[in-house]
Amino acid sequence: MNRKKIQILSIPYLIWIIGFTLIPLVFVVSKALVTPDDRLTADNLTAIFDSVHRKALITSLEVAFISSLICILISYPAALIIRSFRIKNRKAMIFVMILPMWMNFILRILAIQMLLSKNGIINHLLSILGLGQIEIINTTFAIILGTVYDYLPYMLLPVLNCVLAIPDDIVEASKDLGANRYTVLTRILLPLSLSGIGSGITMVFVPSMTEFVIANILGGGKILLLGNIIEQEFSVTMNWNLGSGLSVALMIFVLVSTLLFGRDSGADRGYVI
Amino acid sequence: MIGKVLGRIYIGLVLVLLYAPIMVLILLSFNNSRSRVVWNGFTLNWYRSLFENDAIMNAFGTTIGLAAASALIASIIGLFAAIGMYAMRKKDYKTFMFFTDIPLLNADIVTGIALMLWMVRFMPLGFSSVLLSHITFNIPYVILSILPKLETTDIRQFEAARDLGAGNLYAFVKVVLPDLMPGILAGFFLSATMSMDDFVITYFTKGPGVNTLSTLIYGEIRKGIKPEMYALSSILFLMVLIILIIANHSAKENNGYEK
Repeated sequence: MNRKKIQILSIPYLIWIIGFTLIPLVFVVSKALVTPDDRLTADNLTAIFDSVHRKALITSLEVAFISSLICILISYPAALIIRSFRIKNRKAMIFVMILPMWMNFILRILAIQMLLSKNGIINHLLSILGLGQIEIINTTFAIILGTVYDYLPYMLLPVLNCVLAIPDDIVEASKDLGANRYTVLTRILLPLSLSGIGSGITMVFVPSMTEFVIANILGGGKILLLGNIIEQEFSVTMNWNLGSGLSVALMIFVLVSTLLFGRDSGADRGYVI
Repeated sequence: MIGKVLGRIYIGLVLVLLYAPIMVLILLSFNNSRSRVVWNGFTLNWYRSLFENDAIMNAFGTTIGLAAASALIASIIGLFAAIGMYAMRKKDYKTFMFFTDIPLLNADIVTGIALMLWMVRFMPLGFSSVLLSHITFNIPYVILSILPKLETTDIRQFEAARDLGAGNLYAFVKVVLPDLMPGILAGFFLSATMSMDDFVITYFTKGPGVNTLSTLIYGEIRKGIKPEMYALSSILFLMVLIILIIANHSAKENNGYEK
């Protein structure tokens, strides 16, 4: 059968791309470029640099950056440790690590709120033990904590897939050639894990930068991320043009940061199932 | 030896972090009080009243229906798309891949808003608009699950079947499809999971009166979550646990896809 005929099978998808990916993006961009009374303007786009929006943008970047970093710092040692497990146990570990994703994510964040809040479970336990109180609810730190918790499996999975795929032979060979554990880590394991870490970053950074539910619940509505501001433009202030403009600006930021990290399409994404 | 013990402790701590909130939710489903902090004795009441709560049951039905329908349709379109893309020249393939990556890389909030702005033009927002949106973000997962399987499929087997007199369709169904099945199933279940887990895109593309479990929970945050919701989530969690254990057990030899 010739290739042309087989390619025809992609046509329904091509139509879908045009109808539900391309045209909607054109719409959001065109909405972003006009005022509510349809005059051409760039104000909606540059609005991202207004003081309130700029502050939200910086907080969003901060949350996304620190959360991604903490996710890496938790996931990478975990992956190396799981690598030392027997094959059977490795699979069980992967299973146990992704299972929490099947509990509804808003409920999980609410559970974190219950744990962290002023009269929450952790403070309750601390007071029984006669220790001091923690006051982290409604801070940026609480948002970061929730973000790390929510997206950790998305970092763990690609990092694990990548680290577990490194052949033992290479590690053995480098040891035979006199490499100590530090050299094995920095010269062999880390370079070979970079693609997994990269996939993990793209799966954690973008969602955590644009999230608004976690910030709503754990930030107590006081700390605004870009996602919160865009959401409010659509549901409260009803300025869809400004909301679209900020969305487009956000999209540009996401694209630039993705390009900076670089990424190979789906290679180490790993299946969730 | 010490390193090994420290390693186990470290993994233990990660698991505590991952499971503490889930334990809280499961405990709350048995708590004989509407309070979220005080433990007031064990009860199964919420599990009983759950089935009489129409709002939760409706949202549950919508969530499951959406997940099944969007995953099924995405799997069909994605399967055809992947096969077609596999036969493309590099340039066309790359163009398709670029558009496949957009819903994956774009922020959910932008995808949701873009779809909403477009769809309000020609249809009322409701179940169908959410379904179309879910299919849109699910197709890429299906394609990315199937393409690696296509690359390891030996096209000569298909040609051999053709030479031996099988028709195109027959050869495809009997020879190629079984090889792709693990990828198709992975794509289907990944899609269903993503659909059930989605909040943001559903939130922007749904109309009034339509609720999934996520949007229902979000709407209840201020009023306080009904304890029945904890009960339902605990049941769902347990069901997924059982399904995954069975799936992993039966697919033991079939490494690769149950990862």
